[in-house]
Amino acid sequence: MFSKTIAQLSSGLQNGEFSSSEITRAYLDRIKSLDSKYNAYITVTEEQAMQQASAADKIIAAGQASAMTGIPIAHKDIFCTEGVRTSAGSKMLDNFIAPYDATIIEKFNAANTVSLGKTNMDEFAMGSSNENSYYGAVINPWGENRVPGGSSGGSAAAVAAQLAPVATGTDTGGSIRQPCALTNLTGIKPTYGRVSRFGMIAFASSLDQAGPIAKTAEDAAMMLNVMAGFDPKDSTSATHDTSDYTASLNQPLAGLKIGLPKEFFSDDLNPLIAEKVQAALKEYQALGAELKEISLPNTALSIPAYYIIAPAEASSNLSRFDGVKFGYRCDNPENLEDMYKRTRAEGFGSEVKRRILVGTYALSEGFYDAYYKKAQQIRRLIQQDYISALQEVDVIMGPTTPQPAFVIGEKTSDPIDMYMEDIYTLSLNLAGLPGMSIPCGQIEGLPVGLQIIGNYFAEERLLNVANMFQQATDWHQNTAPGL
Amino acid sequence: MEWEAVIGLEIHAQLATTTKIFSGASTAFGAEPNVQACAIDLGLPGTLPVFNKKALEMAVMFGTAIDAQINKRSVFDRKNYFYPDSPKGYQTSQLFHPIVGLGQLDITLSDGSNKTIGVTRAHLEEDAGKSLHEKFADMTGIDLNRAGTPLLEIVSEPDMRSAEEAVAYAKKIHGIVTSIGICDGNMAEGSFRVDCNVSVRHKGDDKLGNRTETKNINSFKFIEKAINGEIIRQIEILEDGGHIPQETRLYDADKDQTRTMRSKEEANDYRYFPCPDLLPIIIEDDYIEAIRNQLPELPDARRLRFIDQYSLSQTDASTLSTNKAQADYFEAAAKQSKDAKLAANWLLGEVAKMLNQHDLSIQQSPVSAAALAELLIRIKDNTVSVNAAKQVFEAIWNQEGNADQIIKEKGLKQVTDSGSIEKIVREVVAKSDKQVQQYIAAEPEKRGKMLGFFMGQIMKASQGKANPGQVQAILKPILDALC
Repeated sequence: MFSKTIAQLSSGLQNGEFSSSEITRAYLDRIKSLDSKYNAYITVTEEQAMQQASAADKIIAAGQASAMTGIPIAHKDIFCTEGVRTSAGSKMLDNFIAPYDATIIEKFNAANTVSLGKTNMDEFAMGSSNENSYYGAVINPWGENRVPGGSSGGSAAAVAAQLAPVATGTDTGGSIRQPCALTNLTGIKPTYGRVSRFGMIAFASSLDQAGPIAKTAEDAAMMLNVMAGFDPKDSTSATHDTSDYTASLNQPLAGLKIGLPKEFFSDDLNPLIAEKVQAALKEYQALGAELKEISLPNTALSIPAYYIIAPAEASSNLSRFDGVKFGYRCDNPENLEDMYKRTRAEGFGSEVKRRILVGTYALSEGFYDAYYKKAQQIRRLIQQDYISALQEVDVIMGPTTPQPAFVIGEKTSDPIDMYMEDIYTLSLNLAGLPGMSIPCGQIEGLPVGLQIIGNYFAEERLLNVANMFQQATDWHQNTAPGL
Repeated sequence: MEWEAVIGLEIHAQLATTTKIFSGASTAFGAEPNVQACAIDLGLPGTLPVFNKKALEMAVMFGTAIDAQINKRSVFDRKNYFYPDSPKGYQTSQLFHPIVGLGQLDITLSDGSNKTIGVTRAHLEEDAGKSLHEKFADMTGIDLNRAGTPLLEIVSEPDMRSAEEAVAYAKKIHGIVTSIGICDGNMAEGSFRVDCNVSVRHKGDDKLGNRTETKNINSFKFIEKAINGEIIRQIEILEDGGHIPQETRLYDADKDQTRTMRSKEEANDYRYFPCPDLLPIIIEDDYIEAIRNQLPELPDARRLRFIDQYSLSQTDASTLSTNKAQADYFEAAAKQSKDAKLAANWLLGEVAKMLNQHDLSIQQSPVSAAALAELLIRIKDNTVSVNAAKQVFEAIWNQEGNADQIIKEKGLKQVTDSGSIEKIVREVVAKSDKQVQQYIAAEPEKRGKMLGFFMGQIMKASQGKANPGQVQAILKPILDALC
């Protein structure tokens, strides 16, 4: 049962093969017995899950079920959930019980899904290995000394270890796609604004976007059907119409034009990864697609631009964590300044502090033009590169990550090396475009991800492109050893 | 050597929206602490701002009212600083692209001369909460009811050269914002606050001296005092060979002096950058013109109309039209009493005197325009004499009833029965032998002046109730008959 997709669970629930209470119970029991091995969850909401499951069962019995009714889901601990601790992986919010639901949580509740709990993550979504969590590192089910990627590492590990059939994540520079690549999962970062950010604890507001982490493109499409849509509570949310993302999953790919940015296939790319990606591209050719080399000339600038813009926004977004109104406050502050300084020194982890420092510096008087403004100009160039490229091709493909899952602790002493982990993913966030990662092979038993990038609001097309590959291959069906 | 002051004002006008600039919480004044602060106002993790379009409309109204440039694209920026009553750790404001650009307006000074004052800009921003230092021993309370209240900050050019000019300018802005209904103008409640930038230099110098900014002054009287005090302080320091440090000061009304709040060295680097949670505000010409066409009558137009429609003098029309509430009061009383001149005289005389004595604004007057008009009608139809009317007015002020009730209860009805008046006249004449002899002895052309004594005695004998016109008409023939 734990290998079932949510599409399969959905039909099983509606055919009466099992109840939501049964599968929810089974998942909760599995989490209880196995999660100590992975550390995928920060909080398991057992009681609430069973209540939601029982409510879902009544709806199913009454014949009023929709596709997602009764489906258990794990939510990244970055989405505020009323009455439940919402920590963002930080000591700063270890005592924070959210008094309201994020918009996507409201939507999942309205769809009568079941929330199993809140998953581990890099603190405030800052990281690519899930080693920056106050609640400890997450273990990749594909290798007990390997990172699951980050920052949605808990969500990816939970689905890969079958501790949840599906999960939510967020992606600011690759935080959905990179963990999916490292754990053999399918994830989509939608177009910026496609999914509401209301109630999602902000890292970098102009880059953050929520999306699903799933076993298949079909499951991701079902999740996106719940998550997507305009939200009047989020001014940056898109008014563009949503589609039924499952509607054209099986549309044939004949004539699909795939762009291959030469910058993504340079000599720097790990040849083993290149081989897997090339094999996947051959598969696409077999499905009727045409390949075309393209260029995204400003790709190299995406890391420096990103590491100005994201920390700048973060330095401001994280100012509210000051010990005054919620969250951690240091013991016995002597005065206001002492309270601010010690609260923030004790409450934030070192990567968060590093980014606050970088962002504060980049925005400070005299440096704004040289850093922030320049980075925004580069951002527009990167966006222009993509816009012109996508006039010639339907989708762009390349590797999701430069290498498979690395060993825990391997990169923690070298932040720049860690930042390079996102070299292929973060230009997309700068451009605001949608992108996916799907499994396309393994290197020495570790999964490799293929990244698929589409035009603005082309999620339906991306999911179709991903699904057709999954119909033709079985990489996505591989499960971690020892499950 | 002669000194010259250079003054510029920053006026914070609280916009009269019913809800806050970025949330749906109420902006009403005076509620229990923190009951009007929602999750967004508290800056809870994950919350996002949604711009209140009503605030935009009001800002554009102001811009069109002073015929300023309206920027069709304006942008919210974050002003980052830590303070306990700033819940997000930043204030959302507009630095780089304000909604209202350059404009100007004319002020009239006491000598009747006019002067044009430039308005640099007006921008939208959110107010902070309040820190309550007095209520808690060794602690500071935070009330966030005011946090997120929309403000329009109106920045002048440094065009003023005296406190009188500054007050005239502030009153002019006050008249405009209250006339177009975008601000209630209540200075005591902080709806209209003024920061005064003051520097001095030798007359004829081009270069500006170092300036100080005295913040948050909430009465016209204090603006005058603070500026005058600051000018004298700066001149004294400079004449002693000292230096004026650029700093922020506070006006202490109790001591009538300004004192240092923070020096330039202590000033924050606000690290302004465009707020990534809010889209730029884009407006069209049609929107601006629709607002311009629906602008209510402005104080200048009203002044001209008062002269034209009610035949008021320049001075009276100007005084009555500057303050919207006073102008409304006047017009209501004028219309109801059908005697604009009488209404103007009473408003600028008795009503102003009492308001001043009790330190009340016209809105707080215990005598409504309608109540005053009832009294004015009784003066006009000779029911009460002007002297008796003053007694009636005091009684209305003291809430003893309406004009007719008080006239009746206090027996202040004017005696117009000529038989009764003649009786009193003859009694007084009979008792005033000495004055009668003087009257007879006087040259006929000087006798007119001598009537005053008899008039006084007769009015006294009638307890002020005799109609003075009638008394005079009866008295003179009686006395002349004795000559």
